[in-house]
Amino acid sequence: MIEIQHVNKWFGPFQVLKDCTSRVEKGEVVVICGPSGSGKSTLIKCVNGLEPFQEGIITVNGISVGDKATNLPKLRSHIGMVFQNFELFPHKTAAENIALAQLKVLGRSEDEARARGKLLLDRVGLGEMGHKYPSELSGGQQQRVAIARALAMDPIAMLFDEPTSALDPEMINEVLDVMQELARDGMTMMVVTHEMGFARRVADRVIFMDEGEIVEDATKDEFFGTPRSERAQQFLSKILHH
Amino acid sequence: MGAFDFGAITRALPYLWDGMQLSLLLTGLSAAGSIVLGTILALMRLSGIKPLQWIGATWVNFFRSLPLLLVIFWFYFLVPLIAQRQVDAFQSALVGFVLFEAAYYCEIMRSGIQSISRGQAWAGYALGLRYSQTMRFIVLPQAFRNMLPVLLTQTIILFQDTSLVFVVGLADFMTSAVTVAQRDGRLMELYIFAAAVYFLMCYGASLYVKFLQKKMHQ
Amino acid sequence: MKYNWNWGILFEEPYFGWLVSGIEWTLIVSAIAWIIAFSLGSLVGVARTVNSMPVRAVATAYVELFRNIPLLVQMFIWFYVVPELVPDGLGRWMKRDMPFPEATSAILCLGTYTASRVAEQVRAGIESIPRGQTAAGLAMGLTLAQVYRYLLVPVGYRIIVPPLTSEFLTIFKNSSLALTIGVGEVLMQARQIENYTFQGFEAFTAATLIYVVVTLIVVFAMDRIEKRARIPGYGVQRGQ
Repeated sequence: MIEIQHVNKWFGPFQVLKDCTSRVEKGEVVVICGPSGSGKSTLIKCVNGLEPFQEGIITVNGISVGDKATNLPKLRSHIGMVFQNFELFPHKTAAENIALAQLKVLGRSEDEARARGKLLLDRVGLGEMGHKYPSELSGGQQQRVAIARALAMDPIAMLFDEPTSALDPEMINEVLDVMQELARDGMTMMVVTHEMGFARRVADRVIFMDEGEIVEDATKDEFFGTPRSERAQQFLSKILHH
Repeated sequence: MGAFDFGAITRALPYLWDGMQLSLLLTGLSAAGSIVLGTILALMRLSGIKPLQWIGATWVNFFRSLPLLLVIFWFYFLVPLIAQRQVDAFQSALVGFVLFEAAYYCEIMRSGIQSISRGQAWAGYALGLRYSQTMRFIVLPQAFRNMLPVLLTQTIILFQDTSLVFVVGLADFMTSAVTVAQRDGRLMELYIFAAAVYFLMCYGASLYVKFLQKKMHQ
Repeated sequence: MKYNWNWGILFEEPYFGWLVSGIEWTLIVSAIAWIIAFSLGSLVGVARTVNSMPVRAVATAYVELFRNIPLLVQMFIWFYVVPELVPDGLGRWMKRDMPFPEATSAILCLGTYTASRVAEQVRAGIESIPRGQTAAGLAMGLTLAQVYRYLLVPVGYRIIVPPLTSEFLTIFKNSSLALTIGVGEVLMQARQIENYTFQGFEAFTAATLIYVVVTLIVVFAMDRIEKRARIPGYGVQRGQ
């Protein structure tokens, strides 16, 4: 479903992505991990074209992201994305956050959008919170609203960019639970995260990145059992013995 | 000139009130027009598209290097010439004010837009919104709200600036005060009265802006 | 658009001479007014930061009074009203013997008005210096006056070079208002040329160029000064 082929990207003279190649099948959950600055957030933003890249090809359902002729807004409306800092719109209530793109992009009616929003808020356990503004919600609640907002577009795949790293520890699980549920329902997911417990429970495959390179791309069992590269071993030992 | 003659003021109040209405109308229309134009200029400056950036930057730097008075004269002289007919001084002044003040509102809106984190725009794009929709529904409302106190302060300055239409004889509050002052030979009374009225209005408005700022920071 | 162009008119006498004398008046009025604005504004700005409540109140009142009345009104008050309000002897002198009454009024007006704006910049500059600096100065045994003299004021001024530049340019542009009381500055001369020759386009273009060029020169010069005055790692972020 998502195909990444030989992607290179530079910020000025600095190369942030080096010949990245991977693919995500329909229904697959892929966790991307690696030290900070390894390019994993950049890679995931390339998948829906938020970050442009100079070389290589990324396709989603056969549509090329980097192609100038591609209708990026339309493509993005099929791919949900959840951000590290939630990025709820602070001037709109939770329900309005969820409704906005349904109305303006999908052209749904007010009633339809509201009903769909209500359903999804229920699903992430926030059925009563629709009238609240983001500033009135906890971090964990905000992130769950953000997930509901992305789901409202009926995406074919979901991208998560460090969805829990801005959260207080006691709120991490409520967000991970929602994500785990999604995976169980068969959603195609790419997840940048340091939560190795989540990776063990939920992921099908793990990609390990370092210095802009995909160093390891293996099934979950292979990755946690016998990581092939030294860098991945070091990373795992650091992160697991903490 | 003798003692302060309050009668000179009270007698002129209806006339002065007409002038004040024109001042307020000119302020309101100019502010609305130049906020819209200023926002467009700000979007041009932030567009990343070289020619647009250049136009925006040149507009701002050009008008900010000129005295408003010169701009008022320019348009008083130019607008009828371009329109090929007699043009009301109000209209030519309005055009001048909008083009001139837009340079100042542009810089306010620019810093307002820049104060919105990049992630907000990303979130909009990620949902499939186009650039124009992301700006209209997400970035600009927030920028506008954050900048409201500064926009209002600039509008207070604009209100004071409208007094300059005196030089083209447009009958705003200032011109009316001067007219009465000269007609009745009551310069001291009318000018001090004009100063007091402007002061109370502008100071009052600035107190409201401070209150607003406090409320926003809570 | 029917219009008879005649750019040559700008270089004919007496019009060329008018423009030159306009530039002179603009620069003279701006420069002297700036001296007043800078010194008075510094004083008021420092006064807004001191501990004494009455001093602060007076300084605040000054700033609020001057910035909430349109400059044009202030111009008229300085020229027409102040001579009536001051003691008789002085008033008579102002009306009869004061040299260049129009220019003098304009200078006082622009100077005192801009002082209120400069004061705000000075205050902002001083307040942007961390409190700990004052404490450190006092702990070394400096008096409060010395702390201001050697620490707060010099550091504060370096921080506010860019806003002060724009205040100077404001005075320069605002000096055009002096035409309303009869000072023959640039804009007054341009209008006069228009009235005499009907070549408004050329006259206003000349005035426009003069303002733009002087602004460019000042911005360029101040940029150099600012670079020299900058304290490494301290303060001013710009061009963002």
